[in-house]
Amino acid sequence: MSANPTHRTSGAPGIREPLIHAEGLVKKFGAFTAVDGIDFDVQPGEAFGFLGPNGAGKSSTMRMIGCTSPISGGTLRLFGLDPATHGREIRKRLGVVPQLDSLDSELTVEENLIIYGRYFDLSRAEARRRAGELLEFVQLSDRAKSRVEPLSGGMKRRVTIARSLINQPDLLLLDEPTTGLDPQARHILWDRLYRLKQQGVTLVLTTHYMDEAEQLCDRLVVMDAGRIAAEGSPRRLIEQHATREVLELRFPAGANAENEHFAIGLGERHELLPDRVLVYVNDGDQALASVIAAGAKPESALVRRSTLEDVFLHLTGRTLVE
Amino acid sequence: MSTMPLLRIVPPVVRAARRPQRMLERQMMCYRNTWPILLSGFFEPLFYLLSIRVGIGKLVGDVTVGNHVLTYAEFVAPAMMASSAMNGAVYDSTMNVFHKLKYARTYDAVLATPMGIGDVALGEIGWALVRGLLYATAFLMTMAVLGLTSSWWVLISLPVCVLIGFAFAAVGMASTTYMRAWTDFEFVPTVTMPLFLFSATFYPVSSYGSWAWVVQLSPLYHGVALIRAANAGTASWGIVGHVVFLLTMAFAGLWVVSRRLQFLLLK
Ligand SMILES: Nc1ncnc2c1ncn2[C@@H]1O[C@H](COP(=O)(O)OP(=O)(O)OP(=O)(O)O)[C@@H](O)[C@H]1O
Ligand SMILES: [Mg+2]
Repeated sequence: MSANPTHRTSGAPGIREPLIHAEGLVKKFGAFTAVDGIDFDVQPGEAFGFLGPNGAGKSSTMRMIGCTSPISGGTLRLFGLDPATHGREIRKRLGVVPQLDSLDSELTVEENLIIYGRYFDLSRAEARRRAGELLEFVQLSDRAKSRVEPLSGGMKRRVTIARSLINQPDLLLLDEPTTGLDPQARHILWDRLYRLKQQGVTLVLTTHYMDEAEQLCDRLVVMDAGRIAAEGSPRRLIEQHATREVLELRFPAGANAENEHFAIGLGERHELLPDRVLVYVNDGDQALASVIAAGAKPESALVRRSTLEDVFLHLTGRTLVE
Repeated sequence: MSTMPLLRIVPPVVRAARRPQRMLERQMMCYRNTWPILLSGFFEPLFYLLSIRVGIGKLVGDVTVGNHVLTYAEFVAPAMMASSAMNGAVYDSTMNVFHKLKYARTYDAVLATPMGIGDVALGEIGWALVRGLLYATAFLMTMAVLGLTSSWWVLISLPVCVLIGFAFAAVGMASTTYMRAWTDFEFVPTVTMPLFLFSATFYPVSSYGSWAWVVQLSPLYHGVALIRAANAGTASWGIVGHVVFLLTMAFAGLWVVSRRLQFLLLK
């Protein structure tokens, strides 16, 4: 995955320079290693995701990419530039949606966007014009003159996204864009992000929602404890690390472990969770029939397609959202 | 490019600042919504001056400094002006900055743009200066109306107020970066109050006797001395010392602010 940087920068024809190139990237806080040597490349136009549970090191990675956190080891290049020496130039081309909203509570929604544009050296008129357009884009024109405080979580997130677009970034960094939002608000946001992707904006996002990763990402890495556990498109990851279908068996509370033996040898493998047993098979209905025939009495049974959640469980032995 | 030796007293991140004026712009936007708050700063000095002129001045009588004889109000007015510059700068660089640093994540948002630590430091300190200059101007006009000014040299007190503001805003902001919670700010008045009372504000430095050297350690004393000199229109070599003292304090503060902001915001 990591091409030799000397080849890459030699400008050989046909080799597209990645927008982000990371090799052996490390982030330490004192003695603690939050990001433990990760490699990845992001190509222009791609939607790239970091999927991982709390504390995996997603935000630490995003902040290094955003040039607001110095790297502790390895190599990081954005647009071929080194954040340590060209932070300002790089940040000029980035849009950043941080995990925690950082809207200016002393200003109105519209002023938030305008002053942000001014930080990027836009003229006042241009900043005002773009602010109007972007509020339209995130469907918040009617709240332009409102203060930030009274807005709902989903609205604040949309304002933050609008703000991150004020400089027409080449690369948009979104750290858990929809965490804490209700399903409707999430769908509005996904739709807006999808449109940006269609306009050719490169997206890098973190999430611990597998449906979000599946919806938005062309390619993703599964992160756990500061390392990359797997990399690929959502589809390929599922193909590689899970079966086509999953049979979920729920036994009465506390009885899942004693019924585990029904799952053995049934499919490719199985996982015992506190509240259910997952059996990885190619034909879920057939597997269910054999379990019942063997005398199992689950409280409920469900056949579904494999998801990234299953991939994660397989790779790390843990569920994504605890 | 080689750096001119004199510029080395400026921290590197501050030298790298390109857009500190944007932070000022942000402040002005904030006050566009809440400008009445600004007015309060004009009234404070007015009340001070009136109370001294009408009340205390009558009781105390004249003060002799060197070979000048001043009414008490003429003696105290420059000290009030210097104290007001100090208070304004401290106010702007402590609570206000702390909120933006710890709770509102304002600076985190700013630093995700081409703005840098130097822009934040200079911009925020610069705002304290702009506001201080506004208040000092109002103060000076009040003094003139009350007949407390003695020569055109008094206009020099305006840049002096900016210098006092710079020194106290830089050190105020530096202290703020060490604050952990709002309760830590209770230490601020325990520093500014004695400065206000014992910086040759209400009586000449000569009346402190053998303790005069302690007074000279107070940065406010140097500010007061500068404004008194401006108002009296008298120049002496001592002025250089006062200016150097305040400049040293300002740049020391700026160094600490730069280091600490970098440590706190660019982890
Ligand atoms: N400034 C810091 N100082 C010390 N430790 C930190 C700091 N920031 C993050 N960490 C630690 O680094 C690890 C990774 O944190 P990070 O925020 O990158 O995780 P994350 O994947 O974004 O998690 P989440 O899903 O909860 O946002 C955590 O154990 C965290 O406690
Ligand atoms: Mg995070």
